[in-house]
Amino acid sequence: MLVGTEPEIQAHPALRSGQALRASPKVLGPENVNEMQGDKRQEWVGHIVRIRDNQDQVAFGELFRHFAPRVKGFLMKSGADATLAEECAQEVMATLWHKAHMFDPARASVATWIFTIARNRKIDVLRKQRRPEPEELTWGPEAEPDQEDVLALQQESENLRRAIADLPDAQRKLINRAYFGDLSHSEIAAETGLPLGTIKSRIRLALDRLRHEMK
Amino acid sequence: MTHSIRHHLGDDVLMAYSAGTLPEAFNLLVATHLSLCDACRAQAGAFDALGGAVLETGNDDVAALDEDALAATLALIAGGSVAPAQSDTPAETRRNGPSGVLPGPLRDYVGGDLDDIHWRPVGMGVKQAILPTSAEANARLLFIPAGAAMPDHGHKGREMTMVLKGAFIDDGERFGRGDVEIADQHLHHTPVADVSEDCICLAVTDAPLKFRALIPKIAQPFLRI
Repeated sequence: MLVGTEPEIQAHPALRSGQALRASPKVLGPENVNEMQGDKRQEWVGHIVRIRDNQDQVAFGELFRHFAPRVKGFLMKSGADATLAEECAQEVMATLWHKAHMFDPARASVATWIFTIARNRKIDVLRKQRRPEPEELTWGPEAEPDQEDVLALQQESENLRRAIADLPDAQRKLINRAYFGDLSHSEIAAETGLPLGTIKSRIRLALDRLRHEMK
Repeated sequence: MTHSIRHHLGDDVLMAYSAGTLPEAFNLLVATHLSLCDACRAQAGAFDALGGAVLETGNDDVAALDEDALAATLALIAGGSVAPAQSDTPAETRRNGPSGVLPGPLRDYVGGDLDDIHWRPVGMGVKQAILPTSAEANARLLFIPAGAAMPDHGHKGREMTMVLKGAFIDDGERFGRGDVEIADQHLHHTPVADVSEDCICLAVTDAPLKFRALIPKIAQPFLRI
């Protein structure tokens, strides 16, 4: 297993109520987010909190400048022309604003959350497919995102990012293509001229290596 | 409920589900399996995390935005909520308490549980119900009477079969509720339903099945399997 996040974005019960959230010292708020400075990815969590609680356009602007060009690039690699990709990237970022209250930092990094929003938009607009989500798990009464869980998840996300950067070039490129490019493994084979077996084994090696790094 | 699942989804399928590159029929099977299998659900979450990390680290894939992009997006936000992506819509049955035999994603396609499936007989007691998905691949529910065999068949493409009720045995392996059998063009197989109970499966394939026996082959275009 790479990281133990859930595949779904769902409202954490504690995040549904702004009041309950601020009353608890354990829960993530703008003030303790500042203690996490020094790690950009954890900083992004603070940006979402500022958008959620204060409709903070400065925070949104910073997130936008970092992520919107990446979302647009993702959509263009998936086959959208520049105009459509621009439009969808803006919609993805607007969705982030409207759904800021649904973000659960104990379950996903901000990048992962944005990736899933962009992926779903891509499937709707470009592929005209449906992608059903699994049945939601029913959570127990214990519901507050624990600060330790938030830190652990965000730290794991950072480790994963570093582990990807450390992959051998050939492996990293294929992982990239699997997500950016909307190609099946056999289509990647056709395009790169590499045998299908080579592609599969490189991806497997990359995943083994990432799993090893994430232990 | 998940302790008994022994045949899981592979990394390639889970990664493609996360990347959003699978045909709808395969997405449906994955979502159905994840509803029953916590191990694969966690793996799928890990692949979403990998997607997020790739989004952040893939510096070659950054595209310049229009000059007024931020202002345009803020205007979009001020204009009210963006229509949600269809794929964001949660499964219909999630809030309806414990589900029946069919997991939530399948209930959405059937429009209910087992009693609401519109079965059509395909011979020898076997019944099927084709589910509405995009044309690149097809999904159908299969009903195999206890102890009966599916026609011997090979494949042009990839076929995945997940057991929802009962069990089948193929090539000496037993597949029970939640288990997924993956077959490709190299495999000719003859699944046989367990004698103790009728078997209901979800089967998805990205190519028409080819039957070895003459009669099913002639019948194939009409049966759509």
